Amino acid sequence: MNHWIILPILIPAVVAPLLAMSVRHDIVLARIFSMMSTVALLLLGVGSVAISSSGDIFIYSLGNWPAPIGIVLVLDKLAAMMLVVTALLGVCVLLYSMGGSDREGEHFHPLFQFQLMGLNGAFLTGDLFNLFVFFEVLLIASYGLMNHGGGPARLRAGLQYMTINLVGSSIFLVALGLIYGITGTLNMADVAVKMRTIGQGDLALLVTGISLLIAVFGIKSAVFPLQFWLPGTYAHTCGVVAALFAIMTKVGVYAIIRVHSVLIDGNASSSVLAEPLQSVTEWLMPAAAITLLLGTIGILGAKNLSQQAAFMSLASIGTLLIAVAGFSNASIASALYYLIHSTFAVAALFLIVDMIIPRRKGEGGALTLAGRFSSMGILGSLFFVTAIAVIGMPPLSGFIGKILILDALRSSTAWVAIWALILVTSLLTMIGFTRSGSLLFWKSQQIETRLEIEDNTSTVIPLTAIFATLLLLVILTLGSALIIPYLDGIAMQLSSPQNYINVVLGRSLEVLP
Amino acid sequence: MEILVATAIGVMTTAGVYLSLRSRTFTVVLGLTLITYAINFFVFSVGRLKTAKPAIIAVGENDYADPLPQALVLTAIVISFGMTALLLVMAVRSYFESNSDHTALLSDESSTARDR
Repeated sequence: MNHWIILPILIPAVVAPLLAMSVRHDIVLARIFSMMSTVALLLLGVGSVAISSSGDIFIYSLGNWPAPIGIVLVLDKLAAMMLVVTALLGVCVLLYSMGGSDREGEHFHPLFQFQLMGLNGAFLTGDLFNLFVFFEVLLIASYGLMNHGGGPARLRAGLQYMTINLVGSSIFLVALGLIYGITGTLNMADVAVKMRTIGQGDLALLVTGISLLIAVFGIKSAVFPLQFWLPGTYAHTCGVVAALFAIMTKVGVYAIIRVHSVLIDGNASSSVLAEPLQSVTEWLMPAAAITLLLGTIGILGAKNLSQQAAFMSLASIGTLLIAVAGFSNASIASALYYLIHSTFAVAALFLIVDMIIPRRKGEGGALTLAGRFSSMGILGSLFFVTAIAVIGMPPLSGFIGKILILDALRSSTAWVAIWALILVTSLLTMIGFTRSGSLLFWKSQQIETRLEIEDNTSTVIPLTAIFATLLLLVILTLGSALIIPYLDGIAMQLSSPQNYINVVLGRSLEVLP
Repeated sequence: MEILVATAIGVMTTAGVYLSLRSRTFTVVLGLTLITYAINFFVFSVGRLKTAKPAIIAVGENDYADPLPQALVLTAIVISFGMTALLLVMAVRSYFESNSDHTALLSDESSTARDR
């Protein structure tokens, strides 16, 4: 049993209380330990990708209790990829926060480490109730991070965010209760096996349970009609935290992919189960399309930059879920590429918006014509590059991601509508960002007044962090030739869930009845 | 017995959902608390309702109460207790910051500039 698998959860879990208890008054030491922990997570993530790329699935049984009696952590290619993406985002956002944002409130670094712990745990676990527990860990850390910096609007938005997530957790428990009541187990692989032998009378309850599960992941990933919390939350939190939240919606998408692969795909050949299980995810494609449309309308109608960035996040979730809802090998691979791209692109967008807002004194992020501000040139150029990335224009990875999605969905029935939607919304997004870019930078260049701010904090560290995030996007673009086959391999591994089930339950290959 | 439990869960959920859709923060907190009570009760009852059966292996017994839902509901109670405490702290803090406990984002503080 490979003990390195538990370390992505264990390291932040140990570092966070140490930061909260011992170094809470010394911000320099807190930054050092926090960065060391996050770099360690990055190295572990890269190591996980290395060992899982052979196609083997690694199991870690907590307490050495075998599944399904005990809880197992499962390291396969998808989990390893998500660990690396989380750690890379963590390093970039942490670097940005060291520019001064982490001092605005208390306990930023412990909360950040707990957040990373919850994320890593959610990606590694193979047990549904353990997934619930790690969801709660990452949610509670996010409540603390959401309120970082305080202020009446932020607290009010934080209350709304907490309320909807509490309701989401309750629905998660209902779903878990139903699944446990019917199948008698909570281990994902074991549920897939037990599902094949349930009676006709229990089928409705089981399908209800799985539908509720997908609904909870839909709340987490902000798909229509559960997306109303996202613009309010992301627009009102501080930029650093919004950039970190770029991976939070992806946890919902990851969970949908995982549950579909193990529970639904794992029983696709069963005559009794195939039809009802198909209906569980039928609503995902139209809902994702409406989400994309709502996000685009929000981008066009946004009154300030934070709102525009929040709606861009919603639109990218819509595109991502359109790709996921195809549920074929090609579309899952394209969805994973777009997931990596949109995590870093949206994070970069929020970080740049966070740099622009304090420099426009009196105007903040409002999309109005005002004077020049400091670092306008460099911020304008970075905004230009990020907007290109996030809209999906060539030459950056957004373009490649959208091409992959369009290509993968060519074989689905409604492909004309989907193609039209994605292309038209890309155009509308382009119009929205052109408007804000030209208002804030180009036209404001001609106004002679200068918006001065009192404290000119150093911009070196935040700009380095933004450059690093954009560099990751460039690497994603240039390395597509290597990355896309790897993602195809992940989609292939996901489409053979019987292998996953056999490895987790420790049995030899079994043929479905 | 089943009717009693089902009715209790249903009534608590109904009351909780109604209260949590109101516009004052305290009412929302009460509603969420009721929802968590109802859900905890539901998860507990998933282990099938039995009277006076042990959960731990005892001599001379062959019918047991399912111990796993009891453990699950303990975890759920602890998690929702922590979240409710955090929610209350945030609600009180939000009330003191904005002098009202209205839940909706008010337009004058929501979308315009932030002065730093």
